[in-house]
Amino acid sequence: MLTSKNLILGALLTAFFTALALISFLYTPHDHTTVDIVNKLKKPLSEGYLLGTDHFGRDILSMIMVGARTSIAVAVVAVGIGMIAGVPLGLTAAANRGGPLDEVIMRTNDLVFAFPSLVIAILITAIFGPSALNAIIAIGIFNIPVFARLTRGAALSLWQRDYILAARVAGKGPARISMEHILPNVANLLIVQGTIQFSLGILAEAGLSYVGLGAQPPTPSWGRMLADSQTMISFAPHMALFPGLAIVFTVLGLNLLGDGLRDLLDPRIRRDAR
Amino acid sequence: MTLLRVENLSLNIGQTPILHDVSLTLYAGQIAGVIGESGSGKSMTAYAITQLLPPRSVTTGAVHLDKTDILTASETDMCALRGNDVSMIFQEPMTALNPVKTIGDQVAEAILIHENVPKAEAMARARAALDRVELPADRFPLTRYPHEMSGGQRQRVCIAMAIALRPKLLIADEPTTALDVTTQAGILTLLTRLVREDGMGLLMITHDLAVVHDMADHIYIMQKGRVVESGATEHLFNHMQHPYSKALLAASTHQPDRAAGAQETPLLTVNNVTRDYTPPRTKLWSKPGLFRAVNGVSFTLRKGESLGLVGESGCGKSTLTRAILGLEEIQGGEILLGGEPVFTGKHPNRAVRRKMQVVFQDPYGSFNPRHKVSRLVSEPFHLLDTRPADVTAQVAEALTAVGLTPEDADKYPHEFSGGQRQRIAIARALIIRPELIILDEAVSALDVSIRAQILDLLAELSRTHGLTYLFISHDLSVVRSITDRVLVMKAGKIVEQGPTSRVFDSPDHDYTRSLIAAAPKLPEKQSA
Repeated sequence: MLTSKNLILGALLTAFFTALALISFLYTPHDHTTVDIVNKLKKPLSEGYLLGTDHFGRDILSMIMVGARTSIAVAVVAVGIGMIAGVPLGLTAAANRGGPLDEVIMRTNDLVFAFPSLVIAILITAIFGPSALNAIIAIGIFNIPVFARLTRGAALSLWQRDYILAARVAGKGPARISMEHILPNVANLLIVQGTIQFSLGILAEAGLSYVGLGAQPPTPSWGRMLADSQTMISFAPHMALFPGLAIVFTVLGLNLLGDGLRDLLDPRIRRDAR
Repeated sequence: MTLLRVENLSLNIGQTPILHDVSLTLYAGQIAGVIGESGSGKSMTAYAITQLLPPRSVTTGAVHLDKTDILTASETDMCALRGNDVSMIFQEPMTALNPVKTIGDQVAEAILIHENVPKAEAMARARAALDRVELPADRFPLTRYPHEMSGGQRQRVCIAMAIALRPKLLIADEPTTALDVTTQAGILTLLTRLVREDGMGLLMITHDLAVVHDMADHIYIMQKGRVVESGATEHLFNHMQHPYSKALLAASTHQPDRAAGAQETPLLTVNNVTRDYTPPRTKLWSKPGLFRAVNGVSFTLRKGESLGLVGESGCGKSTLTRAILGLEEIQGGEILLGGEPVFTGKHPNRAVRRKMQVVFQDPYGSFNPRHKVSRLVSEPFHLLDTRPADVTAQVAEALTAVGLTPEDADKYPHEFSGGQRQRIAIARALIIRPELIILDEAVSALDVSIRAQILDLLAELSRTHGLTYLFISHDLSVVRSITDRVLVMKAGKIVEQGPTSRVFDSPDHDYTRSLIAAAPKLPEKQSA
């Protein structure tokens, strides 16, 4: 089946880049901060430098490995912020559906949605200064309404179920019902949306670093590697190629994983639910 | 003239055999009823006739429609045939229509797919088709949208789409199961009239013997993919041979063995209760409206009694149920259970709520699919101040009381059949030993044989546990068999109440009379 192939491919790609990031803590071919002008702009596959070196003679493979760390860390924390704040907000809104609290939560969501996310990210870094931490916060804030809306929408339809009514007859309050009955049943959706937001987070981090508002030197970042390469792209295309491919394949892997998980977890496809 | 001839039709999906040697014959201008319980293969027979089968289906045998051999016809030929010579009507009129297109467009579309005619002509013919299903132009213009119509009216639109091209064969798959009795009677009369007028053949698929008894010329009874008995309707009902057919008829008219246990003490007192809703504003500045779903309802339910509440959808019976359960605040009157109000101030009264539980209609929707049976059944313990120490033992006891085993506590709800799930729902209601159980359409979604078992179980539990039932249903035959007294509700009001046999035999109110007249009837038992 095509979907399960997608799932496996996505899982493999994601696992590969996660492994790169983890290995970088223990081993990199070269130190990613060492400037070595003698060996600058080495072509890929040259002696000791699998993916070549950049204009300071730093090893590109090492930088990509450490850069994966930055990308994944930013994306994980940003998705975490979105989930930790967004899911309870969505559950609360659904539990008070139609009430004033629901209106307040959802209209505030709309307000956050109304701002272009990159512009706000630039604003935040402009106020607090560029750093990986501020990039994380900026990306994380924009994940909150995504999760809040998704959770509320799914929870609303669950609140109409008979088993929720049965729980209310058993004297359970909205908070308890949300935790016991609603949350486990929206978890599937959240996992799928999580992987997709994860890939968007990696793209956003690359974008912010590209314009110089993400992780600061000497911390390597795929986005800044791209930015560094652009003046040299005509005679050293490998400097742009490898970080670019890393971004493409990570995002592709996560999207395939997300799609595959959706098919796997969707009860309408998983027929054994009946 | 033979219209449809199915000979020794067998169907396998993958490795699973679905149908075995099904043979049936349908003549033009006649109605054949195909009866069976869920899983009997009755719908699959219809899909085999239209070749709308799931992937990996293998059919053997022969299906002839007029002169066409359906099993060997190409998909292109079948597309030309479907809608043109064969049409289908389905169970759920609420989802069978596209909500964003007008009814005129949808009926005209059926014509435009098959015939190369100008749009205006198709619309004129759509109008004629809607007129034929008794949706007149002055009240139902072509520009109506499905959401502006009731379930019965939508089913009429579906019928109009199906008959617009005057098909030779119409297949109706449980066309009235989702409808109220009076609406059902109208649709059945309409279908019968269309069949006789157009000389088309109608294959009527249903689980309800009473429905086909009133209208079919010929009946086929199916069980586990086989036709176990068939014959002309009158003959078949008078000379039933096969044990399954007899069991089916017995189950349909099943009378649970009940003991009259009503005492004089009132348990539930509903006194002049009113429940208002504020419907959403239609215009920005319009005054908020008021919809009175329950209007001045009063009744008393005595200890040990079984009281029926009958009414069609939208009459307010579900709203009343929620009010009794203390889930919603009422705007007027009072509801007392054992002399105490279910709702005090802004909060439901926990002590009172412990004395009642509820069983819902849908055996599939009433459980959280992610919890095990033990957790589901013990959920009402939340109403107690302290959770009892022997939860496992009590769950086992409740499961045993409803005819399941204590080992079932470790399973998930999807491992059970519909009837078993309804038993689990009853176990959940029993576990805190309530005095009152509200059964909200609790047997409506079940097959007749399962329904008979559940009714027996309820009768037995009422004896052994001294339970009082409030039995809410639209199904008159069920209410008649299990209740002592009955209330008839219409548009938020109780229009008639009295002992069940009196209300059914000599109804006072016109509405009760029309309900009873509309209910399809089975012949009196021949030789029991």
